[in-house]
Amino acid sequence: MRAALELARADLRVAVLSKVFPTRSHTVAAQGGVSASLGNDEPDNWHWHMYDTVKGSDYLGDQDAIEFMCRKAIEVVVDLEHMGMPFDRLDNGKIYQRPFGGHTSNYGERAVKRACAAADRTGHAMLHTLYQRNVAARTQFFVEWMALDLIRNQAGDVLGVIALEMETGEVMILRAKATLLATGGAGRIYAASTNAFINTGDGLGMAARAGLPLEDMEFWQFHPTGVAGAGVLITEGVRGEGGFLLNKNGERFMERYAPTVKDLASRDVVSRAMATEIKEGRGAGKDGDYILLKLDHLGAEVIDKRLPGIREIAKKFANVDPVTAPIPVVPTCHYQMGGIPTNYHGQVVVPDGQGGEKPVRGLYAAGECACVSVHGANRLGTNSLLDLLVFGKASAERVIADLKEDTGALPDLPKDAGDATLARLARLDSATSGETVAAVGADMRRTMQLNCGVFRFPDGLAQGVRDMKEISERVKHTYIRDKSRVFNTARVEALELENLVETALATIVSAEARKESRGAHDRSDYPDRPGYPNGRDDEQWIKHTLWYKDGNRLDYKPVKLKPLTVESFEPKARVY
Amino acid sequence: MRFSIYRYDPDSDKKPRMQDYDIPLEPSDRMLLDALVRIKEKDDTFSFRRSCREGVCGSDAMNVNGKNRLACITKLTEIKEPVVIRPLPGLPVIRDLIVDMSQFFKHYHSIKPYVQNDTPPPERERLQSPEDRDELNGLYECILCACCSTSCPSFWWNPDKFVGPAGLLWAYRFMADTRDLATNERLDNLEDPYRLFRCHSIMNCADVCPKGLNPTVAINKIRDLMVKRVL
Repeated sequence: MRAALELARADLRVAVLSKVFPTRSHTVAAQGGVSASLGNDEPDNWHWHMYDTVKGSDYLGDQDAIEFMCRKAIEVVVDLEHMGMPFDRLDNGKIYQRPFGGHTSNYGERAVKRACAAADRTGHAMLHTLYQRNVAARTQFFVEWMALDLIRNQAGDVLGVIALEMETGEVMILRAKATLLATGGAGRIYAASTNAFINTGDGLGMAARAGLPLEDMEFWQFHPTGVAGAGVLITEGVRGEGGFLLNKNGERFMERYAPTVKDLASRDVVSRAMATEIKEGRGAGKDGDYILLKLDHLGAEVIDKRLPGIREIAKKFANVDPVTAPIPVVPTCHYQMGGIPTNYHGQVVVPDGQGGEKPVRGLYAAGECACVSVHGANRLGTNSLLDLLVFGKASAERVIADLKEDTGALPDLPKDAGDATLARLARLDSATSGETVAAVGADMRRTMQLNCGVFRFPDGLAQGVRDMKEISERVKHTYIRDKSRVFNTARVEALELENLVETALATIVSAEARKESRGAHDRSDYPDRPGYPNGRDDEQWIKHTLWYKDGNRLDYKPVKLKPLTVESFEPKARVY
Repeated sequence: MRFSIYRYDPDSDKKPRMQDYDIPLEPSDRMLLDALVRIKEKDDTFSFRRSCREGVCGSDAMNVNGKNRLACITKLTEIKEPVVIRPLPGLPVIRDLIVDMSQFFKHYHSIKPYVQNDTPPPERERLQSPEDRDELNGLYECILCACCSTSCPSFWWNPDKFVGPAGLLWAYRFMADTRDLATNERLDNLEDPYRLFRCHSIMNCADVCPKGLNPTVAINKIRDLMVKRVL
């Protein structure tokens, strides 16, 4: 949406395809805030933000992109305010900021107020504001159109997409000089997920089928506080406002795991601590399988002013009123750090065969579907909304610049354009028997949950690879009873499952191959030991994974350790 | 659990019908949406919209036992069997529970739903006091699910001319924003026998809003502003 706005303002002919009405995209569910070192309430600067992000990434983030993002943060958040974003305010009229996990002042000294918030509905406010600006800019939306595949020519240039209009069932090719993927994550590969039903990795499936690699797919964030049993997100802003986690003994256990910032350590650290408490028998509830999030001490007034949505969710999905009782929570799949490889201009990049990389002409990506990589092995809360503002804008600016140079006609489509896609659709239309989409999907989610969760075990990963390979064969033989042309959601779900399976396979294969623990990727066979802080192997593994669909091939590329203008942050043990 | 659900596929049905389902539920199924997903697992031809499953995206609005609600935040324990589910009333049906919302969004777009302010922006944020910001509460939280507008008799009668509660709520959200300088133009835009004044304070909108918002109050505030500017 941020990119669309920039492009529409540049008077280009833009078509925005979305499989849901734009304000229903999953950005709407982001709660706690968007980070920017505005320093509205206490001193802050982008250097500290950058340090926190590099450290949070467990030194797998590309430092050029991280510097770019943290420096641009102030500008894009102020710009969003000018657009009409209803941020909460401080008494002096400036944007309200709250502390968030992993965000500190003076290079890790103590928690800092950096998350710019609209109550606990920041994503909702932001998505609506961006849509509204797009209405003002007269952006052309194709609502409830699902993009199915990229179209590439012999040279590898991307010439557009083939897409399905859901209401009519029509399939069409949209030709374009520039195609920008902003298709979000694929959190639905796991059984327990904070993600919406629509988060099915459509852009990742499209990229993988087009022969492009997926980067760092082994890194999935498990958010510490999903409502136990329901998966619905409870923002880290609860802890930012002063809430904390308790085990069954009423112990504030994060003091043991992160003595300095406690409950505001970064998410991988908190989720691991929670899972450890549960594993060691200190979980709450009759089965000892969840942790308690206490916030009643904040009082009804603060909760209603700063966390009203959380109160609503807790009452509805956990049957507790957080004003009087703690919320049962468990680590829950939340965010995909990996994705389609891009540089910080939003250009999709592939290895050039000489140790470097080159852009894929005509293709750009931004947001959760992309891997810039600013999040590395673990994302900090509030950096995802920032990511899509900064790189949405930057990728659009690059498109505008590229199109200025490219004044020629649209390139010709290859003769077989769309054939593979039509064959997939034809198979679904003609199949008279086979497994249901629901059954194959459930097996995929179970496999991933079991073998690729917060803690990963070598035999589980190996088993997961075998199971996912089998599931990736089974998905080719699904059967849907619904053959209607009109708003056929069974067909959409079957196509979505194909994208999910590509993502899940990329994840498990990449995870099995990464022989270390780093950030959200925690292997039992690579524990904390001398020279390997938290199981990290900096000698061997400061490199990005690239997974290719063709033969499940893996490749690696170096992490960009050199920032744009400042000194590198050298890897060191992460302590919070 | 027993359900009676409105079904219509223009590709194969001459006219709409009600279809009964009796579906065993799992203990983890808490909300109506969980049950609908179970039904779809058994009968993949059953079509409805859904996404966030936590009441913020606004996709799964439908008429449940006569009342417009979001399926994802409607507890199964709160609804009587057989649960009668129909598409949102007053909008054309595309298929099953999926309605054509073009008219609804057209009204939303017609109120110019964006802050209008031509003064050059300062280098940093435009300042706004916490009290002024509080004026936006109860307005900006709208999720455009259309539960309100499609429960409003005035909207049923004049769907092409009456902006409807959702659009008017948004119209007031921008009038109430100290950063917006277009209140006069916004009032002009609504001063017409239909666009605003078809609201007869029936208050179905406030009764059904799944986010607990009250469009009638917002509409009355617009009326107050109109009166004030004449005086």
